[in-house]
Amino acid sequence: MLKRLIYSREGVLSIIVLAMFFGVGVISPDFISLSNSVSIFNDTSILIMLALGQMLVILTRCIDLSVAANVAFTGMFVAMVNQYFPELPMALLIFLSLFIGALLGAINGLFVWLLKVPSIVITLGTMSIYRGATFLLSDGAWVNSHQMSESFIGLPRYEILSMPVLGWMAIVAIILFFWAMKFSVWGRNFYSAGGNPMAAFYSGVNVGKVQFYAFLVSGTLSGLCGYLWVSRFAVAYVDVANGFELQVIAACVIGGVSIVGGLGTVVGCVIGALFIGVVNNALPIIGVSPFWQMAISGLVIIIAVIANATSGKDKARIILRNPNANDEIRAN
Amino acid sequence: MNNAIFSLKKVSKVFPGVKALDGVDLHLYPGQVTALIGENGAGKSTLVKTMTGIYQPDGGEIIFNGKSVQFHSPHDSHALGITAIHQETVLFDDLAVAENIFLGNYPMTKHFSIDWPAMEARSQEILSSINAHMNPNQILRELSIGQKHMVGIARALSVDAKVVILDEPTAALSHHEIHELYELVNTLRDQGKAILFITHKFDEIFTLADRYTVFRDGSFVGEGFIKDTNEAQLVEMMVARSIEATYPKKDVEIGETLLEVSNLCHTTEFADISFSLKKGEILGVYGLVGSGRTEVMQALFGTTDHVTGSVKMNGKEVIIHSPKEAIDNGIVYVPEERQKQGIVLELPIYQNVSLPQMERLAKHGQIDQEGEMALARQYCERLQVKASCWDEKVMNLSGGNQQKVVIAKWLATNPKVIILDEPTKGIDIGSKAAVHEFMSELVDSGLSVIMVSSELPEILGMSDRILVMNEGLIVGELSRADATPEKVVSLATGGSVTC
Repeated sequence: MLKRLIYSREGVLSIIVLAMFFGVGVISPDFISLSNSVSIFNDTSILIMLALGQMLVILTRCIDLSVAANVAFTGMFVAMVNQYFPELPMALLIFLSLFIGALLGAINGLFVWLLKVPSIVITLGTMSIYRGATFLLSDGAWVNSHQMSESFIGLPRYEILSMPVLGWMAIVAIILFFWAMKFSVWGRNFYSAGGNPMAAFYSGVNVGKVQFYAFLVSGTLSGLCGYLWVSRFAVAYVDVANGFELQVIAACVIGGVSIVGGLGTVVGCVIGALFIGVVNNALPIIGVSPFWQMAISGLVIIIAVIANATSGKDKARIILRNPNANDEIRAN
Repeated sequence: MNNAIFSLKKVSKVFPGVKALDGVDLHLYPGQVTALIGENGAGKSTLVKTMTGIYQPDGGEIIFNGKSVQFHSPHDSHALGITAIHQETVLFDDLAVAENIFLGNYPMTKHFSIDWPAMEARSQEILSSINAHMNPNQILRELSIGQKHMVGIARALSVDAKVVILDEPTAALSHHEIHELYELVNTLRDQGKAILFITHKFDEIFTLADRYTVFRDGSFVGEGFIKDTNEAQLVEMMVARSIEATYPKKDVEIGETLLEVSNLCHTTEFADISFSLKKGEILGVYGLVGSGRTEVMQALFGTTDHVTGSVKMNGKEVIIHSPKEAIDNGIVYVPEERQKQGIVLELPIYQNVSLPQMERLAKHGQIDQEGEMALARQYCERLQVKASCWDEKVMNLSGGNQQKVVIAKWLATNPKVIILDEPTKGIDIGSKAAVHEFMSELVDSGLSVIMVSSELPEILGMSDRILVMNEGLIVGELSRADATPEKVVSLATGGSVTC
C-alpha cells in the first residue's frame, strides 16, 4: 500500500515538492518556518482553486483558456460595485462574483455542449471578449485600495487559526472537490465522459452536459477568484491576472491531469499547483531570476507530459486461438 | 410453449445511403438462447444498437413483455433489464473494475454519496458468480483482454437483467476463456434470462443455442429451432443470393510469380502464412472480421513489428520493415479505414495524392506544386474522381470518391502489387462498380492485386484465386472455378469443405 502510494504520480510529485521546499530551507531556514509555509499556501490558494475548476474541464477533453479573463472581469465588476455602493454587504458581493463567474463559464459551456464547437476555439474567443469587456466596463480606469471598503479588502485577510480566510477557502474547495470527484455521480461522470465518451454515452451519460458542468464550475470558481484577486492585491485593473490561465493549465498538467482527458486527481492537481507556488516563492530567495522560473515550469510540464505519454501502452489483440500455434507449426 | 419476452416486429433502420435493417423480426424467449446468424454486414450490430436504445428505429415496433416500448436512450432499455455486451469495448481503461461494472448505476448511501464499499462487495459477488477472479479495485488498463471481457459481462449482469445480448463475445477470447463463457451462458439460461447470442462460428451455435434467426443484408431470412436444422442449411440461408453477373472481371493473361510469401508468422495474430501472387492476378482473401487478414496485409506493408518469415519479389528476397521500404519494393496497401489510415481529410486532393512521394517531387527542399498538381490530375482523372477541382479538400468528397483518392495516391507511386483492404466497404453501389472495373483495368495494365474483403459476392466475382483465413491461419485456397459461396463460408467459419 505504502509502496503504491510512493510510486504513484502524486507520491513522486509530493516528494519532489517537499525536497524543493526543504532544499531551499537549507539555504534559508526562514523559508520552512510555519508562518512562511502558511503564507506560501495562502499565495497559492487562487491557483489551486482555478486549477481544480480547470481539472474538470480538461478531464472532459476540453480546455478553458478564459479563466484569467473571467477573473479580471468579475474582479473589476465587484470592485466597481463596491466602489459605488460601499454599504452593500460582503455576502452579496461574494454571491455576485460567483454568479457572474458562473454566467461567463456557462457561455463557454453552452457553446461546447449545444453547438459542439471545439472548446479551445470558444474559450480563445471569450478570453478576448471578457478581457475587452473589462476594459469597456472600467473605461480603462483602476479601482484603487482607497476606493474599496474596509471589509472588501479585509475579508480574505481575516485570520482564523493563524491562516487567512483566503487559504481556508482553498481548503474548503479541496475538500468539496475531493468528495465530489470520488463520491458523487456528478463527479464520477467527468472521468467517464472524458475517458471514453462513446462508452459513457452507451452507459447513459450525457457527455455534452457533463462538459457544460465543467465549464460552469470553472467559471464559478474564476468569478470567486476574481473577487479574491482584486481584494488581495487591493487593486482592480484591466490587466489583472494576464496570462494566468497558462499557469492554471500548467498546474493541472504537472499534477498528472491527462491533457487528452479522463485521467487526473484532486490531490495531484493541488500538488501541481503547490509545485508552482513553491517554485515561485523559492526562486527569489535563492536569488534566481524570475525568467528562469518560467523556463523551469516549462521544463516540468514537458517532463510531466512525457511521463503521461509513456505510461500505459495498449496491449496487442490476440487473434490466434491457440497461442502456441507458431511453435507447433514449426515443430511439425 | 411460453411467450417471447422481447420481440422486434418489422423494424427498420436507415443510414444515409444504406438500409441497415429492412423490416426485420426477432423473438427472444426466457430461458432460451437464440443465435443470430449472418455474414459481416448483415445488420447484426445495428440490431443490437437498436435493441439497446443507442439507435432509434425508423420503422417497426419493439415489444417487451407484451407491451410496445420506445427507447430514447441507452438508459431506457437498461431500465427494463435489457443489457448488452458490445462487440467493441465500451469500458473505461482508467477506472477501477468495480466502477466499470456500476458506472451509470452506482450504489448510493443515504447521504447522496457513492457507496464504494458496497460497490466493491457487489462487484466481487458478481465477478465470483461468473468465476472471474480479480480485484475490484484494479485499474482496467492492467487487465488482459479476456479479463476485460469478463468485466463487460459483469457489467451487463449488474442490473437485474432479463434480456442479455452477447455480440460476438468469443471473438477475442482464448480457448480456455471461451469454455468459461459457455458455462456462464448456460448459467444465465438456467436463471431464466432470454439470451441473444451473436456469432459467426457454427460450433458455438450448435453447442449453445436453442433457436436461431438468420439475417442477410439487413433483412430477415428465417428462424427456427437448432435441433431441426444443420450446418449446411444455415450456410445456405446465410449466403443464398444470386451472384449478379455485374462483376466486370476481365480475362487477363496471368504471368509469372511476382510475390512469394512463405511462413510469415506473428506471435499473437497469425502463423504460417504462405502464398504466392502472379503477375496480372487478383487474389481474393476472405475471412471473418478478426480472422487476421488485415494483420497479414499490414505485415506485408511493413507496419507490424515482430514478424518472421520471408517475402520474395521476382524471386529476390526483400526485407520490409516500414511502409517506405514496401513502397520502394513496389508494394502498396490501401487500408480499410481510409479516413483513419488512408487520407488526410483536411488537405486538398492533390496534396493527398503526392503525400507518399513528396521527396521525389521536391527540388532543393521545395515542393514542386505544379508537379503535384500534374500527378493528381493524371491519376484522379484516370480514376474519375468527382471533384470541382483538385484543390478541393478531401473531406468534401463522398465516401466513394475518397476511396478513389486513396487509390490514386498509391497508383501514383507506380506499384507492382496493390493490396486493397475492403475496397468497397461503406461506399455506394455506383462507386462500387467503378472500383471493380478499375481493378480489372489494373491487372490489365500489368499490376497484381490482393483484395481483402468480407463481401462474398465481391470475392467470388472478382478473384482469380481465393485464400480463406480463420483464426490467424490460412485454412484453404480455392481456384475461381472451384469456389462456391458454401465452400468459402464453411472454411471461414471453421468447418471443413463438405459440400
